[in-house]
Amino acid sequence: MLNLFLLQALNGLQLGILLFLVAAGLTLIFGVMDLINLAHGALYMVGAYLAATFTALTDSFLLGLALALPATLAVGLVLELLVFRHLYGRDHLEQVLATFGLILILNEGVRIVWGSAPMSVPVPEFLSGSVPLVGTLLYPAYRLAIIAAGLATALGLHLLVNHTRLGMLLRAGASNGPMVSALGVDIRRLFLAVFGLGAMLAGFAGAMVAPILSVDPGMGDSVLILTFVVIVIGGVGSVRGAFVAALLVGLADTLGRSFGPILLRSLMEPAAASQTGRTLAPMLIYILMAAVLFFRPAGLFPARGSR
Amino acid sequence: MSAGASLPVARIEAAPPRRLGALAGLLLALVALALVPVLASAIGAPFLVVTATRILIFAIAALSLDLVLGYGAMVSFGHAAYVGLGAYAVAILSAHGIHDLLVQSAAAVAACALFALVTGAISLRTRGVYFIMITLAFGQMAFFFMVSLSAYGGDDGVSLDHRSRVLGARLIDGDVALFYLALGVLAVVFVALRLLVASRFGRVLRGIRENAVRMEAIGFPAFPYQLTAYAVAGAIAGLAGVLLANQAEFVSPAYMSWQRSGELIVMVVLGGMGTLVGAVAGAAALIAVEEGLAHFSEHWRLGLGLMLVLLVLLARGGIAGLTARLRGGRAP
Repeated sequence: MLNLFLLQALNGLQLGILLFLVAAGLTLIFGVMDLINLAHGALYMVGAYLAATFTALTDSFLLGLALALPATLAVGLVLELLVFRHLYGRDHLEQVLATFGLILILNEGVRIVWGSAPMSVPVPEFLSGSVPLVGTLLYPAYRLAIIAAGLATALGLHLLVNHTRLGMLLRAGASNGPMVSALGVDIRRLFLAVFGLGAMLAGFAGAMVAPILSVDPGMGDSVLILTFVVIVIGGVGSVRGAFVAALLVGLADTLGRSFGPILLRSLMEPAAASQTGRTLAPMLIYILMAAVLFFRPAGLFPARGSR
Repeated sequence: MSAGASLPVARIEAAPPRRLGALAGLLLALVALALVPVLASAIGAPFLVVTATRILIFAIAALSLDLVLGYGAMVSFGHAAYVGLGAYAVAILSAHGIHDLLVQSAAAVAACALFALVTGAISLRTRGVYFIMITLAFGQMAFFFMVSLSAYGGDDGVSLDHRSRVLGARLIDGDVALFYLALGVLAVVFVALRLLVASRFGRVLRGIRENAVRMEAIGFPAFPYQLTAYAVAGAIAGLAGVLLANQAEFVSPAYMSWQRSGELIVMVVLGGMGTLVGAVAGAAALIAVEEGLAHFSEHWRLGLGLMLVLLVLLARGGIAGLTARLRGGRAP
């Protein structure tokens, strides 16, 4: 029982870390540019596809990853120049509409280039085994690598946001964009940098999950909604909030699915408990989000001052 | 209150003075639509009736969203949930032997209004982006609830044995009959919403859209008005769901996916927000484009996506805004 709990907690942690990688970029884009980017999940998908392709071409996951990152960055920058640049300062509804269209384009484009059939990426050889943790508990090395890489990225992002000049501008932009612009900062370059950073983080997350999930055209949509839940719980524009909320959502979702029915069984009869558990578990994070917004309408760590 | 008064007050326009003209136009449109099945069988393409029925059904759903989005300025990203709930009211009741259309419709309206009241009361605590996201979350909640409801098909959905009965009679078993039912519902909903938005309630709602703080200051708190509009819209969308279930004779959680909610928003914005005719036109345009593009290529979504992006980048205010600007007016 304890082993199962540890195992599921690690799975939840791994999901949370991945969500954080996607959410960190999205929350900055939200916070700094005030842009609702529904197509952010599509960048995650593009990252996964590029990693799959480059891995197959080079026969090495690390090389594939190294090539996929700049390629995703390039895709993100091109999209910024072509579309997103023209959406800053527009009505939220127009942004929803345009980026919804962009999802359709990217999903269908991927289907045209790579086909509808899911692609799979082999787990790299040196990470294919399992690592013994406590006692008899084994955990796949690759998933541990994801957790480690994600935590390292989070640390790097923390240093970037809190201890560099770019990070200072990011935080300033998230709390009061027009003032930053008025102080003489080239806001277009800042926006481009933020968008590129966000795209690369999403692509990195997509590339990292490619070996453990199937790579298919709808993969961006499911992660997008989870990411929205994360940034809304965390508070739009706050990287720290995104980190806390991502882990919260990852753990709640994973543990809810595995332990919800078990917990309910102590309250009601087994058949009803398993049905209720299966019904409630996928709804859990949305209930969590509604509850957080009910008590704190601007999320846990609002980046903007009270307005 | 004289018609031409130029008082320096905020212009929340009164009911249109061209009431007779509008009425005539409406009747003309109704007659033209009523001829669709006749024309379709005349040119030997009866399948057009099915497409036309889909357009009417989604026009009802788009109209209801327009009340929230266009008149209430609440960007709800979970509106498909109400269409889905309405459809499930049909599926669940008929699985228990209740096939009457009126009972099913009443259940759909009640369930949707209740869901809208509860979730709306929570959602309306938030503003802007957060409102979009929390309505999305409630939509997803309803979606996953239906996915896990294995007694009624779960993820795969459930087929209906037959269409609903009206007082025991098989009135809408034919596609043409269903078309006329949908047309009738659309006409009633259109007129009812028209009266609603022109009423005192509608003007308060539009006033809140323009400036909630001022409305509050002159004694109109936003919350009860917005919540009422939200619940009314949910109930109407439920009716659309009842029709949709009957049209497809099949109900699945896919009806309430967030992409569907996005499509409903597209319809309203495409036609021009805050104009009831626009919502209907937007629904017709989107479904016609979808079916038209699907005819050419299986990758029709690419074309639709390009259209949406270009529409936002090049034309502000949707079709209505475009025509308004061509006439030299200001986009709504």
